[in-house]
Amino acid sequence: MPKPEILDPQGKAVTGALARLGFAGISVRQGKRFELEVDGELTEDRLAEVRRAAETLLANTVIETFNVRVEELPASSVEEDQGEPAEQAELATQAG
Amino acid sequence: MGPKIGVVTFPGSLDDQDALRAIRLCEAEPVPLWHGNDTLDDVQAVILPGGFSYGDYLRCGAISRFAPVMTEVIKAANLGMPVLGICNGFQILCEAHLLPGALIRNDVRVFVCKDQDLRVESADTTWTSELTRGQEITLVLKSGEGGFVADEETLHRLEGEGQVVFRYINGNPNGSYNDIAGICNDRGNVVGLMPHPEHNVDALTGPTRDGRAIFSSVFNFLAAKV
Repeated sequence: MPKPEILDPQGKAVTGALARLGFAGISVRQGKRFELEVDGELTEDRLAEVRRAAETLLANTVIETFNVRVEELPASSVEEDQGEPAEQAELATQAG
Repeated sequence: MGPKIGVVTFPGSLDDQDALRAIRLCEAEPVPLWHGNDTLDDVQAVILPGGFSYGDYLRCGAISRFAPVMTEVIKAANLGMPVLGICNGFQILCEAHLLPGALIRNDVRVFVCKDQDLRVESADTTWTSELTRGQEITLVLKSGEGGFVADEETLHRLEGEGQVVFRYINGNPNGSYNDIAGICNDRGNVVGLMPHPEHNVDALTGPTRDGRAIFSSVFNFLAAKV
């Protein structure tokens, strides 16, 4: 997400559009969401690596904050996509 | 022939040819550099040109910053080599942390293309020594994400240490904090600006020839060094 002190022109545009549609009193700031799929088991080391990736490339920490959230992939989609159940996990990296 | 000045071409660079041409017109030797190379071919200064490198994907300059040639540019810049980032090049320099702050979408939310009046705020950089502090110049500005932002502390430092190099006058076109159009690092060898000096080197294609002084500044600096 853009840091509070950083102007967010996109969020402002969306806020304006919502007001025009009658959704009054709602103020929007816009960020980005990245979904990362990690092969194998999601160890602490792997998670730290993902955080490093977010810090290095996905987010610009000069103007943005990010957080990393871990989600299990639904079993059915794992089977369809990878044919390897259980150990796969989905990471939602929320970066602004 | 004057000094060898390199211009990096990334996939999506737009103004690399104009930058090479400007260097030639100002009587130095232009050297095209490829983003995928890991050598600077013995150039004495490097220009990162304008455009939309890597399609501006992720953030402007975020992917280009990791191009192989940038490892060399960062190394050379830290050793004092003059580096100029114009527009997208400025964005790349910020992403590479060679310059503080960042460039975000214009507050007016539209692409701005105009002849922009600027005030020179510092002549104490490698790229502005031929200009005078307080001098007013006009350069083409053409960008969609030209809003310079930084936290309070960084802005305070930039202002206090004389690292603001160019400021927008007669109106702020993009919401840049403190009307900042260009900055330098603490050493003054790395300069980034949003407007395009390379489009303002001959009367046929630009409103002024004000861009020439930026190129001749670095040529004179390099000539004096030898």
